[in-house]
Formats: sequence, structure tokens, C-alpha cells
Amino acid sequence: MNIPFPDLTPAMPEVIMTSAAVLLLMLDLCFKNKALLALAGVITAGAVLYFLPVSMGETFGGMFISDRYSLYFKFIFMVNLILTILISIKYFQKQDEETGEHFSLLLFATSGMMIMASAKDLIVLYLGLELMALSTYVMAGLRRQNIKSNEAALKYFLLGAFSSALLLYGISLLYGMTTTTDIYAIADHINEIGSTHAFTAAMVLIISAFAFKIAAVPFHMWAPDVYEGAPSPVTAFMSVGPKAAGFAVMGRVLFVAFSEVQADWTAILIGISIATMAAGNILALVQTNIKRMLAYSSVAHAGYALIGIIAGTDEGLNAMMAYMMIYAFMNIGAFAIVILMNKGKEISDYEGLSKERPVAALLMLIFMFSLTGIPPTAGFIGKFNIFLAAVEAGYAWLVIIAVIFSAMSAYYYLRVVRNMYMREAKAPVIITRSLTLDFALLITAVMVVLIGILPSIIVR
Amino acid sequence: MISYLTQICVIAMMFTYVTLFVNINQISIMEPITPGSYIPTEYLPALLLMAAAAAFASVSIFIGGIFRLRRPYREKLLPYESGNPVVGEPRDRFSVKFYITAMLFVVFDVEAVFLYPWALSFGKIGLYALVEMILFIIILAIGYIYAWRKEAFKWD
Amino acid sequence: MTPKIFFIYFAISMTFMSVMVITRRNPVHSVLWMIGLFFHIAAVYLFLNAEFLAAVQIILYAGAIMVLFLFVIMMLNLKEEVVAPRFIGEWPIGVALGIAIITMIIYSVFTIQPGPVGEHTIEAIQKTTHAKAIGSLLYTKYIFPFEIASLVLLVAVVGAIVLAKKR
Repeated sequence: MNIPFPDLTPAMPEVIMTSAAVLLLMLDLCFKNKALLALAGVITAGAVLYFLPVSMGETFGGMFISDRYSLYFKFIFMVNLILTILISIKYFQKQDEETGEHFSLLLFATSGMMIMASAKDLIVLYLGLELMALSTYVMAGLRRQNIKSNEAALKYFLLGAFSSALLLYGISLLYGMTTTTDIYAIADHINEIGSTHAFTAAMVLIISAFAFKIAAVPFHMWAPDVYEGAPSPVTAFMSVGPKAAGFAVMGRVLFVAFSEVQADWTAILIGISIATMAAGNILALVQTNIKRMLAYSSVAHAGYALIGIIAGTDEGLNAMMAYMMIYAFMNIGAFAIVILMNKGKEISDYEGLSKERPVAALLMLIFMFSLTGIPPTAGFIGKFNIFLAAVEAGYAWLVIIAVIFSAMSAYYYLRVVRNMYMREAKAPVIITRSLTLDFALLITAVMVVLIGILPSIIVR
Repeated sequence: MISYLTQICVIAMMFTYVTLFVNINQISIMEPITPGSYIPTEYLPALLLMAAAAAFASVSIFIGGIFRLRRPYREKLLPYESGNPVVGEPRDRFSVKFYITAMLFVVFDVEAVFLYPWALSFGKIGLYALVEMILFIIILAIGYIYAWRKEAFKWD
Repeated sequence: MTPKIFFIYFAISMTFMSVMVITRRNPVHSVLWMIGLFFHIAAVYLFLNAEFLAAVQIILYAGAIMVLFLFVIMMLNLKEEVVAPRFIGEWPIGVALGIAIITMIIYSVFTIQPGPVGEHTIEAIQKTTHAKAIGSLLYTKYIFPFEIASLVLLVAVVGAIVLAKKR
């Protein structure tokens, strides 16, 4: 039997990414200098970016699809990867332990996300998700001597395994009813015979699993503890990457496989979205730890982005994708400041930052404004696009709720700003600068402002 | 000694009987099988052997309980440690090293399991299967090299 | 009729064993119940005409993964499960959620219409044998998931060593 070898061109970015991840693992064994690994990681991301536009089409017997949708998400993952590498070099040099695996695991997690975004088959989707999840579990526990880091890894792993089980249960139900795992074939099957309660049950299980990955209520419980305990660069990475990947697969599965039952999943997602915005914003109000505050804010942002999916239109989907891109810049920027303030774990530690370090305070101000959604920052553009798409789809009331919660979020974001600008420092502020961290801050700040002024550069 | 012999005899007897029984039975199950109503008849011996083992163990413990003498004293009630005096609790805390070994074992066990269907279908698929299995093994070999260089196989 | 009787036996005993696994105070007892559970699952695979899966279930789960479980239990050295206050207090919510999920499944399970039967019918598999049938699919159509699986295993090796190896 002669089988033609699969065409690797559409999967070229994934091939590069996984080979580089494996190579980095080997390099880590040979070289002591971890900055070299970081450099190799950035070069890989560059190579992937170079190959992204030419990698269109399907391959592996229709299990893998590379279309504009997945390319956009892969672009987000590359931004996420490069920025995370930049902010983590100095951080891990400070730690006592050798953590050269960090860079290799980052690449593995990113290849998992890319596979998820390109999955046309539920099995590929699941394996991509596991590859991403396993790497992030390990990264969350990289500070092995720190009990909070251990807790983060364990908690993330246990709840992640639980959500994987839900996903597999949903997939197996779908397979039993359609005898296929191809997302497009499932859609054809549902169109043909119509939906039943069993399809709804499978859909609910799959949505639950995805809601876990994007940290939506009621599957957000892990987020604050994991975000707090994990090393800060890893927190930045997993507050953007897995969330974007979760939205990528959610968009594809819901819009393709379950397009026939759109009313059903819209109803479910509306409930999830409102609960997510409410819980994220209200619980963020009472946080004193900056990473926990950002964790709840990340929950809230998942709620806003969900509105883009709820709209159910191409505009809504595009707005959601643009929001993820903007969120990558502003959230990693905020985490870069958190890493810069290496002793500043509490929000009160930011008091008087503007006097001691005016530039850092200004950058944090930009990121906080952007996270709140105040013009002319990128966060405003992201929210505006999503709300516009939702209003056009007839969800004006949902937008009103979202705007109310968004206004509420100003309280906790601007509290950081108030601490920086209107309070006196109790203790001298210590910051740890490094060239790469400065560079990451420069990129993120410039992008946040630039997108805010010229939104056309990311809205395609 | 005697009980050991009986055990072997009983199992051998069971085995003969089961094989006989199945061979006779196979004649009667020639009707076509429809999906969802499948009985793995060729595994009946395994089932019967398990049942026999369970029955033998429980019956011999039960009978032994009736007939054996009961003269307990302290040394007799202690856990048996090859005749040595007992040292501490039987359930001692294990080192985390065992965990790494077990984890590596599981991973390479999974790899070995993938080789079975590959070997069986290799004749049918040919070169294609060879290339992908080489790729698979290279990736896992890198895991092996990594474990080696990180001294995961060293005990101390 | 006979397969149905077997299925009912397996369904009931597997449910019973699962309950025993999560209610035993002594973790080693839980593991023992779990081994019984794994063997029953393997038997169910046999009844589904999936011999290779049954063998894998026994080799991997009842063999390798159970060893891992026991090592972890011995590492933690729990004599009896420690009675500690729950992390999340509201157990009635958990019960309510459990009931909701069961209701959802019972409500939907009767509407399942099995999909069309593919080319791998029981007769076809008996002719080619199960392991061979899996191989000829896994290494042609499912090559991509197969290679990702190797990466997942690699990450598992790295993760175990990173997190547990003394440096």
C-alpha cells in the first residue's frame, strides 16, 4: 500500500515550533547560558511569523486546517510568546533554581495552542489542548521551593484534568451520535437529522471545558490562586495564551459544528458571560494583591470577549479576535510592570511610584487605562468593537450590562493609578530593570497607544 | 507444601475443563453476529479461570478458618518479616525518587503499547509507517536523553 | 439477551466499585477497588469487540498507572484520610450540581440515536483482528494525532523530572 506523504506546508509553523521546542530542550542540557535559549525562542517565533502567511490550506487528511481564522490566532500566540520570553529572561536569572526548561515548555505550550487553533478534528483539538495544558501546569510549578507555586501547579492540574474529562465526555457523546470527530462533518450530520437533547448535552459539556480554559464563571475558581502562585512571567503567558486558544476552539466548534443550534449556545453563553463579568469585576474590587486583582480582571475580560461570540456574527467573531490581540498587549504590559516591581506584591506597594519612577508609573497608568477601556487606548477600541457587533446583532441590553460592569472595573484599576500618583511612598520603591524587560514594555505601551489611535492596524 | 500442590492441580483441572467446554461450545455459536450483541466467547477461559481462582481462594480460607488451630501469641500475630524482628511500621514513607521512576516507566510503557498495532499493520502500510514511527521514537528518545542527562536514572 | 445480562452486571458492579473508590478512608483500599474497576472496564471493552483496548487497559491502567498511584500514596504516607475542613464549604451546592448533571444525562440519554455504522463492523474486525485494525487506521488516517501524542508524552517526562527531581 502506497500512501502519499502529507503535505507539510500548511503545518509548517507548527513543525517549526515543535522542532524548536525539542531543540531547546537539548540546548538546555548543553549550555549554561539561559539567555541563549531565550534568543533561540524569539528566533523561532520570528520564523513562524515568516511562514504564517504562506501556510494556508488543509493537510493530514483534513484533520488540520490553516485558514485566516487560525492564522490570526497564531499571530496572537506569537506576540504572546515573544513578549513572555522578553519579560522572563531576567526573572528566571534572579531565581535560585535552574529553570532552563521554562523556555522549552513555553514553546511546547505555544505549539499546543497553534494546534488547537488549527484543529479541524476533535481528537486533534483535544491533543493540542493537552499539550498546552500539560506544559502550563509544569510552568506554574517552576518555583519549586515556593509553596504557593506548588499549590498553583497542583490546583491547575487537578481542575484542568477535570475539565479535560468533561471535554472528552462531550466528544465521545458526539462521536457516538455522528460516528465522526471531524468538526465540519458533525455540522453536516446535525443539519441532516436535526438536533436532539443528547447533542445539547454534548454541547454543554464541551462549552464547560472551554469555559474552564478561558476562566469563565462558574469555572474560574482556579484562576486567582494559580495566577498568584505561578511565576509572574508564566502568569502573564497563561492569562493570554490559553485564554486566546480557548476562544479559538470555542469559536470554531460553536460556529461550525453547532451552527444549527445557535440559539441554544447563545442562551448558555449569555448566562456565562453575565456571571463572568459580575463575578470578575465584583471580586476584583476587594483584592489587595495585584496578581489576584489581575486574575479577577482576566476573568472579567473573558466575559467581555464572550459577548463577541454571543453576537453570533462574523463581526462579533472578528471583534473577539481583535480583543484577544489587544488584551495580549495590555495584560502582558501590566504584568511586565508587576515583574519590574519585584517586591511589590500588594497594590499598596505602588504608592508613590510616580515620584520615584515616573516612567514606570506612566506605563502602568497606560495599561490600567487600557484595561478599563478609557480612550484613546487600545482597550477602548477592543471593547467598542465588541459592543458594536453585539448591538448590531440585537443584544443592546447585554451591552448595557457590560458597560455597567466596565464602569465598575474603573474602581479597582484606577485605585492602582491613585496609589501611584496621589499617595506618598511608605518605603523606597525597588525595581529591577533589564534591557529585555524595557524592550517588552516599550512594545506593549507603543502598541496599546498606537492601536488606540489607529485601530485599523489590527482590525482586518 | 500440600496446599500448594492442590492449588496447582485444581488450576490445571480447571484449565482442562474450560478448554474442553469452550471447544464444545464453539460449535453452537456460528450464527451471524449483529452489532451490540457481541459476546467475546474466546475469552471465556479467562473468565472461568478468574472465577476459579476467586472461588478457590475464598473456599480455602473459609475451610482453613473452620479447621485450623487457634493458638495466638504475640510473636505469631506480628507481621512476617522473613523471621527477623519487626522494625517499625510496614507502611513507611517512600522517597519521591520512586515517583520519577514510575512516571518514566508509564511513559515508555505507553510508547511500547503503540508499537504493537504498528508492528501488526506494518506489512500493510510499509515505508510510511516506518517514517512516522522513527519520528515518534526520536521524539521519545529525546525525552530519554533528557532524563539521562538530568540524572533521573541515578538513585542518589 | 445474554450480552444485556453481562452489561447490567458490569454497569452495576462498576458503579458500586467507583463509589467504593471514593468513599474508602484508607487510600490503599481505594486503589484496590480501583484495580477491580479497571478489570471490569477491560471486560466491557471485550464485549465491545475491542480486544486490544482491553489488553491496553490491563497493561497500562491496572499495571503501570496503578503502580504510580501506589507510589504517590506511599510518598504521602497517609495512614487514614485526614479529616480536614473542606476548602469549599457549601456541599449542598455540590450535591445540587451533581443532581443537575445526572438529570441532564438521564434526560438526554434516551434521545441518543447511534450514528451510521462504519466499515469496521464486528465481522470486519474479527477478520482482521482488532490490533491490526487499530494499527492500519492509527498509522494512516490518524498520523497527526499520533505524533502530537509523542509530544505530550515528552512533556510528561520533562514535567515529572522538572517538578520532582532533586537538583
